[in-house]
Amino acid sequence: MNTSAVFSSRVLEIDPSNLANEIERGIREIVLRRFRRKGAVVALSGGIDSSVTAALCAQALGKDHVLGVLMPEYESSEESLRFANLFAEAIGIPSLVENIGPALEAVGCYHRRDEAIRKVIPEYGAGWKSKIVLPNLVEGSHYQIFSVVAQSPTGEVRRARLTPDAYLGIVAATNFKQRTRKMLEYYHADRLWYAVAGTPNRLEHALGFFVKNGDGSADFKPIAHLYKTQVYQLGKFLGVPEEILRRPPTTDTYSLEQSQEEFYFSLPLDKMDLCLYGKNNGVSAEEIGSVVGLTADQVKRVFTTIDSKLRATVYLQSPPQLIQPVDETRGPGH
Amino acid sequence: MQAIEQEVRQFVVENFLFTAGDSQFSDTDSFLETGLVDSMGILNLVEFVRGKYAIPIDDEELVPEHWDSVRQVAEFVQRKLGGLSHQRVDPGTS
Repeated sequence: MNTSAVFSSRVLEIDPSNLANEIERGIREIVLRRFRRKGAVVALSGGIDSSVTAALCAQALGKDHVLGVLMPEYESSEESLRFANLFAEAIGIPSLVENIGPALEAVGCYHRRDEAIRKVIPEYGAGWKSKIVLPNLVEGSHYQIFSVVAQSPTGEVRRARLTPDAYLGIVAATNFKQRTRKMLEYYHADRLWYAVAGTPNRLEHALGFFVKNGDGSADFKPIAHLYKTQVYQLGKFLGVPEEILRRPPTTDTYSLEQSQEEFYFSLPLDKMDLCLYGKNNGVSAEEIGSVVGLTADQVKRVFTTIDSKLRATVYLQSPPQLIQPVDETRGPGH
Repeated sequence: MQAIEQEVRQFVVENFLFTAGDSQFSDTDSFLETGLVDSMGILNLVEFVRGKYAIPIDDEELVPEHWDSVRQVAEFVQRKLGGLSHQRVDPGTS
């Protein structure tokens, strides 16, 4: 266990070369030896996590054994597609584009989401854009209850606190995006005899920033143990393009631009990293606060939020629950 | 106030206690500390209170001081109802 004597803003610094080698060994062990698959499919969002994941897979398995799949839809940003293409070309892996907009439209993703928003903003309709946001975690002790922010075609901005029905309806409809993407990743993995790489970092994996059976689903997750700031360090080392390194993390899920901070974490990710690391290693709230620039009370609020998210993540992380164990499915050697 | 407390308690029991025998919580037990009501639960509790007592609830009022126990919720509702009643009987209020 770490002691407060060594807790500082540099506590998450890594040796990128060693770390990359370690992860690449792990990828080969899992994909080639454990699963006996020939390569990896990685969904490329144009962000740092998927870029680092794909770069590690390319180093581990060979560039020709990694397929990057770019999956824009009607509301995703053009920048995401551009950056994903930029990355695939820079690293030299094969890639393809699958536009999931028509599939989402067919299943009613956009329509169902809009209907849910109209429960709190009745005039919401064609030409409007929206996102859901949380209150700032450190500026007050408010509960983390979502509001929807909507912008009319004429630029007028409306904000409304979400009722349970509206919130669940919006999330359920929007989750089609992640689940449709995962469906296509597995299509390509099946036809190529590849494994699907998940791309969450530690904050996302541990705190449930993913969709169950959407982006939460994968055969292996090579950076799930890394804090976000560590992913950036690796990205720089692996040659991820500068534009991607500089890009602020986005959800790219809603039609209004939405940061990961306002959607889920309520705190800048570098501060969240240190709070989570400190909490995991028994560092006091006072010590953490002095490093990240928060009061002890604010850090304790962050701890409470982390605990709440950890409880919620149990459901998201759980595999199918059996009434009685089925020993035959535990694998060879059991 | 006692009636409000019982109604709030009943809502909590019916919506957040899924195991028989788990009704052994006091009206002052912290929802956060006991894990009895999570963030989705608070959302449902707020909606229940808003609908049942027809009281407006500002974003600024969504803090643990008002919502972290049966007692706190009941006191919050009582204050809001008292404030609304005062406004209704005062002809000078716009």
